[in-house]
Amino acid sequence: MKEYRFIGKSTPRKDALDIVTGRTKFINDLTVPNMLYGKVLRSPLPHALIKNIDTGEAMRLPGVKAVLTYKDVPDWMGGLPLHVRILDSKVRYVGDAVALVAAETEDIGEEALRLIKVEYESLPAVYDVEEAIQPGAPQLYEQFPGNVLPQGIPAFGPHSLRELVIGDLEKGREEADFIVEGSYAYENIPNPLPPESPGAIAAWEGTDTLNVWSASQGPHMIKVSLQRRMGSINLHSMGTPVGASYGSKFMSWQYVLPAAALAKATDRPVKFCYGRSEHLAAFTVRLGSRIHGEVGIKKNGEVTFLSGDWLVNTGAFSETSQAMVAVGCGEVQLMLRCPNWSLKPKVVCTNRTASGQIRGFGGQELECALLPLLTMAMEKADIDPVNFFKRNYVKPGDGYYWRDGNWWVCRGIDYTKAMEQGAVRFGWKDKWKGWLKPSSVKGVKRRGIGVGVHGNADVGEDVSEAYVRLDPNGTATIYSGLAEHGTGQRSNICKMVAEILQLPLDRVSVTPNDSRVNPYEMGPVGSRGTYAIGSAVIAAAEDAKRQLFEQIAPKFAVKPEDLETEDGMVYVKGKPGTGIPWIKGMDYDRTVMGRGRFEPDFALPNFMMIFTEVEVDTETGKVELLRVVGATDVGQIIDPPGIVNQLNGCLGSAGIDSALFEETVIDTQLGRIMNPNMIDYKWRTFAELPEMEHVILETPIPSHRFHAIGVGEIATSPGPSAILMAVTNALGVRIHDYPLTPDKVLSALGKINTAKRRVK
Amino acid sequence: MTPTHEIPSHPTITFTVNGEACSFIMGDGSHELPPSYTLAQTLRERLGLTGTKISCDHGACGCCTVLMDGKAVLSCMLLTVECEGKEITTIEGLGNPVTGAIDPLQQAFIDNTAFQCGFCTPGIIMSAKALLNENPSPTVEDVKEALAGNFCRCISHYHVLDAVIATVKKGGE
Ligand code: FES
Ligand code: FES
Repeated sequence: MKEYRFIGKSTPRKDALDIVTGRTKFINDLTVPNMLYGKVLRSPLPHALIKNIDTGEAMRLPGVKAVLTYKDVPDWMGGLPLHVRILDSKVRYVGDAVALVAAETEDIGEEALRLIKVEYESLPAVYDVEEAIQPGAPQLYEQFPGNVLPQGIPAFGPHSLRELVIGDLEKGREEADFIVEGSYAYENIPNPLPPESPGAIAAWEGTDTLNVWSASQGPHMIKVSLQRRMGSINLHSMGTPVGASYGSKFMSWQYVLPAAALAKATDRPVKFCYGRSEHLAAFTVRLGSRIHGEVGIKKNGEVTFLSGDWLVNTGAFSETSQAMVAVGCGEVQLMLRCPNWSLKPKVVCTNRTASGQIRGFGGQELECALLPLLTMAMEKADIDPVNFFKRNYVKPGDGYYWRDGNWWVCRGIDYTKAMEQGAVRFGWKDKWKGWLKPSSVKGVKRRGIGVGVHGNADVGEDVSEAYVRLDPNGTATIYSGLAEHGTGQRSNICKMVAEILQLPLDRVSVTPNDSRVNPYEMGPVGSRGTYAIGSAVIAAAEDAKRQLFEQIAPKFAVKPEDLETEDGMVYVKGKPGTGIPWIKGMDYDRTVMGRGRFEPDFALPNFMMIFTEVEVDTETGKVELLRVVGATDVGQIIDPPGIVNQLNGCLGSAGIDSALFEETVIDTQLGRIMNPNMIDYKWRTFAELPEMEHVILETPIPSHRFHAIGVGEIATSPGPSAILMAVTNALGVRIHDYPLTPDKVLSALGKINTAKRRVK
Repeated sequence: MTPTHEIPSHPTITFTVNGEACSFIMGDGSHELPPSYTLAQTLRERLGLTGTKISCDHGACGCCTVLMDGKAVLSCMLLTVECEGKEITTIEGLGNPVTGAIDPLQQAFIDNTAFQCGFCTPGIIMSAKALLNENPSPTVEDVKEALAGNFCRCISHYHVLDAVIATVKKGGE
């Protein structure tokens, strides 16, 4: 394998010093002169019409500058298709926005909320996805009869994937040795819960230009998606470092639009940051996912068909659920080679806080619901799950429908080796005793193992553009709208450019995240940072280098191809003695600007497998996660500590722990979330870390300059179903109701009789 | 017979932040410090020390951890008025004020990439610093225990443990 100077080497993150000294400015650390604070009055009812709203007293409170209701907010819309107003005359979940306040201080703003008087006409509410589609169920939107949203997403093209219908189900049925059917769900709607709650500052210049600073995973997309919806204004989007997102801060209209409306009403800059319980109770959670399915399998583990109704509970609105359904339908084909499919999704609205974009993006939700069904099939065929995944994970040459509705053929690599080495590191062979068999039993403690897999071909989704500017003093500046949300990707693109230009890392920097400066950038989502964003940046750096050599070649009287550069010097290949600094070749009054663009390519799936070992206390019902081994192949590691960090992320942000203890609990009498705080919403602490190891292979990926592919987004995805399998095996009885809290474990063991299942 | 010394109707509060004395007149006037202000608010909004982060604002996540007389405290749970005469250290005040060098613990966080988004990092560093003040040679288990109140959603825990232990080892050399 090629030795690089920066790629694959551990280098400190470029932003490390600012982070460890507290100098990094997150959105809530910023202030703009003359700034007001925005606050939102939220509905106490799950479904109601606003009959009357009296803002007089709130308006009279000194320090209050604006109070807006549905009667006076601009008609800017969000949702897919556009169906969510900033404020509406109807509220659809506890926490829905009722009024907006702008005030001189946060305290005054909160006081004002208490002075707004609202009369509601309460409407019946519905929370369960199947109840919501019954005739006579409460209707959330007039335009969506039966609470079912139209499928498809224009951004994915005219044929965007709406369902998965392939082959001949009858044939698949005939060929099957075993057929299993059942209904399973992953609908504990965990919260990704980044430590920084979402927020933005909006300030108008004149009437047609809006400046937005926001914690967004895709700041450039705020400009692209919102400026048209806001009446063809100019939107300048400035991205701040993101106090993590895990996908959730990509669709930022939920906080940008209220700030912009208040800024317009007051003619002053307005900051609106969610408070913590507001974040937990009224910001987006995972999709609810339920499957009624049937699957056929042969004795050798070949899957002959899969059919099912996939019910997707998107809560009070669809932020982008149809897109997640499209990607989920794609991803399930990567996990499962199968010739005959009939998977019919339905995206349904209910009266709880909305579901939205979260890492795993539809695929995690679908596969977590599907896995119990598949494991029953594996059990019937008596096949080891590692062998099942080895046989059925997508291989080069296999085809699949992707989100655009097109048939793509995999040109990636075979991940069998990664699976095998992961299994060896985990000690799978020794511990696997068969289906529903614990790997060991000691008194009341039973251990079990489980494995999950996930892949995504979105590593090459969407367009990225970048420029690289070379200055005569031997520095390079990357123009990119890439947000830093924790992966270190802004640092990594510097490594890529430093490698190409052979510049010391401290001579390469990235422009501030400002849409006035940088070209189009979709954002670091779907593990696209390395392949899509990286390739655009790499192309720009190569283009800049080519232009540099063209400028300088005449001075050497050689062809540009004969030149090389290192540490800001240019010389004739093989003759380092001939070197001159860039400034001598370029002169002080010139710069070079290289351009790069990446075009979508869905032919390279990535891969993540997670092995887990749990210990269940059959007396208390507590499940303890003992050990996790992750296995992947990334072609080429860009930054070793960075990738390990990302893979360690499999536990939190609505990942593995969403199978163990994480859930958003809704009181279905009142429609309220009962745990909107960080004590009642459970999260893993330093004192409860499992052993964690990763097998990261580096089989070169052909399509990337450094043969690398991203994997970060999917680190969480295979985990929850692996836990389910592990606990099922430990107990020797099937259990599939995420999360596996002690009450459910004890009731699976027949030790307690739990009352009717909580309905989400 | 007008009294010459009246008890001021607006008491002041004085404490030290990162080695510098600061005092505030308490009250609800526009240039006064409201008695309801937490230490976290005062640090962030009045002193511009935004390195101290607020996440839960409720004593659950440790993001707002600072040192008070060398011990870790949650600045979102302390009223500023409770800080009279105390010495407060924030993330901005670690390191050597004379040379400007960062604290070895901060350096170890850089060397081990012991963060991802970095939002939890100041709080984690301050909690670890308090531990090392008290116990210069903790075991991994001690570190886990001391940091059990610090939320990190990116799961940088493993690298944080490496960083703290690396600092301990360096200190022992
Ligand atoms: S912000 Fe103080 S403990 Fe969470
Ligand atoms: S590094 Fe992001 S929460 Fe800890």
